[in-house]
Amino acid sequence: MITLTEQPFDAGAALNAFSAARSGTGAVASFLGLARGEVGQTIALELEAWPEFTGPEIEKIAVEARRRFALHDVAVIHRTGKIAPGEAIVLVMTAATHRRGAFEACDFLMDYLKSRAPLWKKEHGPAGARWVEPTARDLADAERWDA
Amino acid sequence: MMRVLLFGRLRDLAGWRETELTPPPATLSDLKRRLGEAWPELAAALAGPGVQVAVDRALVRGETALAPGAEVAFMPPMSGG
Repeated sequence: MITLTEQPFDAGAALNAFSAARSGTGAVASFLGLARGEVGQTIALELEAWPEFTGPEIEKIAVEARRRFALHDVAVIHRTGKIAPGEAIVLVMTAATHRRGAFEACDFLMDYLKSRAPLWKKEHGPAGARWVEPTARDLADAERWDA
Repeated sequence: MMRVLLFGRLRDLAGWRETELTPPPATLSDLKRRLGEAWPELAAALAGPGVQVAVDRALVRGETALAPGAEVAFMPPMSGG
């Protein structure tokens, strides 16, 4: 399930809910991304989405992850709007029979979200605001999965 | 009437997120030309690398014909997570 939310979310509660009442699942992996707080650096992040498009596009990749890594389930929670340092930006959760698929699926989904999901990130700092573009590393990370 | 959407830095450059064009341009290159004439700040940015286009919420590559009622979105390089 894909959730885009402007509100802070409780990652622990989400992980507990995701892990509950499963049979056959031996591994749940999760990745939690936080807004970094750097002294004198970014004051706040702003994430822009196009909800009617962004949600379905992430859903497509989640379906791909499910097939590719034989997942039992997958969920993504992604913040939009203003995000304060230290707050969670993204939570990816994957469930599988064994750990390897669950870990790899998290990695795969995060590489997609960093540079290919329809999301736009703006940093608001002391010197003003700037739009963040994916780094060469982000792009190379996503290319690792291109067959 | 064509609906045009801008995201990220393109929205900041133009100063709007959404507009409607009448009469609707017939092709994507016509649309870009119209937008560039009306908002000169956009002209170079729309031609820049990494700007993806979605027509009626499906990504398109290269030149394409546009239906009069199409929704066209211009999306600069994406960055989430």
